[in-house]
Amino acid sequence: MAYELEFEKPLVELRKKISELKEFTKHRDVDFSDEINKLEARLEKLENDIYAHLSPWDRVQIARHPNRPTTLDYIERLFTNFFECHGDRCFGDDEAIVGGIAKYHGLPVTVIGHQRGKDTKENIRRNFGMPHPEGYRKALRLMKQAEKFGRPIICFIDTKGAYPGKAAEERGQSEAIARNLFEMAGLTVPVVCIVIGEGGSGGALALGVGNYVHMLENSTYSVISPEGAAAILWKDASLAKKAAETMKITAKDLKQLGVIDEMIPEVRGGAHRNVDEQAKYIDDVLKRSLRELLPLRAEQLIAQRYEKYKKIGDFIESEQHVSVM
Amino acid sequence: MLKDLFSKKKKYATIPSEQAKQDVPEGIMTKCPKCKKIMYTKELVKNLRVCISCGYHHPMSAPERIACLLDEGTFQEYDRHLLSKNPLDFPQYIEKVEEDREKTKLNEAVVTGEGTINGFPVVIAVMDSRFRMGSMGSVVGEKIARAIERAMEKSVPFIIFTASGGARMQEGVLSLMQMAKTSAALKLFSEQGGLIISVMTHPTTGGVSASFASLGDYNFAEPGALIGFAGRRVIEQTVREELPEDFQTAEFLLKHGQLDAVISRHDLKDVLTNVLDIHQSRGGDEWRTN
Repeated sequence: MAYELEFEKPLVELRKKISELKEFTKHRDVDFSDEINKLEARLEKLENDIYAHLSPWDRVQIARHPNRPTTLDYIERLFTNFFECHGDRCFGDDEAIVGGIAKYHGLPVTVIGHQRGKDTKENIRRNFGMPHPEGYRKALRLMKQAEKFGRPIICFIDTKGAYPGKAAEERGQSEAIARNLFEMAGLTVPVVCIVIGEGGSGGALALGVGNYVHMLENSTYSVISPEGAAAILWKDASLAKKAAETMKITAKDLKQLGVIDEMIPEVRGGAHRNVDEQAKYIDDVLKRSLRELLPLRAEQLIAQRYEKYKKIGDFIESEQHVSVM
Repeated sequence: MLKDLFSKKKKYATIPSEQAKQDVPEGIMTKCPKCKKIMYTKELVKNLRVCISCGYHHPMSAPERIACLLDEGTFQEYDRHLLSKNPLDFPQYIEKVEEDREKTKLNEAVVTGEGTINGFPVVIAVMDSRFRMGSMGSVVGEKIARAIERAMEKSVPFIIFTASGGARMQEGVLSLMQMAKTSAALKLFSEQGGLIISVMTHPTTGGVSASFASLGDYNFAEPGALIGFAGRRVIEQTVREELPEDFQTAEFLLKHGQLDAVISRHDLKDVLTNVLDIHQSRGGDEWRTN
């Protein structure tokens, strides 16, 4: 059975009815083609209607769809010669992050991304895409290597967040994330980041300081998961839906807030419906981004990145000096 | 008692005779130390000295390694003329070195030179564990440092295959300093943007693992290779801690973040070619910027 999303229920029912009728026509001598055509037209209209009016919570559901394509799905489709590099050279190899070298339309690049599992077994191995410090340190090692050899860096962001656990704290989760933000700000090569699923907090940002940050239409990016926000704000995690609506976590909202550069459209119904097609949408944007960044010199890249983040934030420069002194 | 009649217990134990242990004729047949299978040496060599039945990677000599990795006829050896002295007047040292020189037809425990891998030019250094257990003395350090300097002059990647018990005790602190010499050479090369690939083979321990073997932009190892700083027995005896069975194997190191990949000997040439290709490629016309 395919995994159904709540808002897709009317569609699923209609599709079922159509296929029943088709089956019926095949086996009996009754012609239902008129009815089928009518229903298909209705389905088309309903699909357009539903997918054009997705609520933020609906998008959270799509972003978390178990079949949503992962970093490795896109690497396979967008790059050639991919060679995965393991380990942070210090403590371990965190499989919640994958990274390596590859060619992108012939251009040598370094590609890094969070990696969820496709099934329970793989999810356990990859810790559900929630990295430990060694994952971030591996990513940084590969970024520094890319810098040494003058290769652009492409990051795919897809995590619920950095793993909250004892071992992660002992090994310095905060330091590892902070170090990545610090070092990424100074990279002398182009960095393009693409949020492909969930962009959960610092754990996402640790791969997300780039010259360009793009987001798939149905992905989310936020300071905390809707459940976490609901628990903190209203002491009730079940209000996640409400949190999702208020927190501005969709690509469209984040584009308006200036947090991301571009929203990459998705295949109707979500990226999982046609991964090959989705990869093409990403390809278009990625190619354009790299073309724009490649002519820039190291200082220009660093300055562009700084300007980009310096601009983010909202405040008033008032006349009044508020002081307790 | 009736029970005794059915006892399966043997009354005596059999001790395999020395003769039985060595009943495999040397040279013609080889016994795999891991799965104990006996196979024709010729067959084993043809399979790059990887056990046909269990995949165990038998040690490879430096000339064999170069022959199977570099494009035929491209290898040009460096520094065959450097020979060990006996700086500490260590008894019997020179005799032992001469013995190994005779046995291996090598001047020292590392062979250096240049050649191409599927057309990609490289400078390569390959250690040979048959020569004083691949230990690093002044000559090994000097040959490696000179090879790195050549790679620097030519601006080509440097690949090192390590196989070593560590520093050469008979040359004392001079051996220790070869770690610093080779690492310093790699630092200069790296600053210049040079590509360093280290492939650790069985065994890579002590001063070699704690210097150039670990300094690659890419650190690879062959399956099952023993890699570590302090030996297992030393650790067990000093800290009295039981160590896991796979301790200090290539797979253990991969799990603990020290290696980029463990690569079977059969795949090695392809992997190296891919890495060299990615590093040499500039992206072609599509990416040309003015």
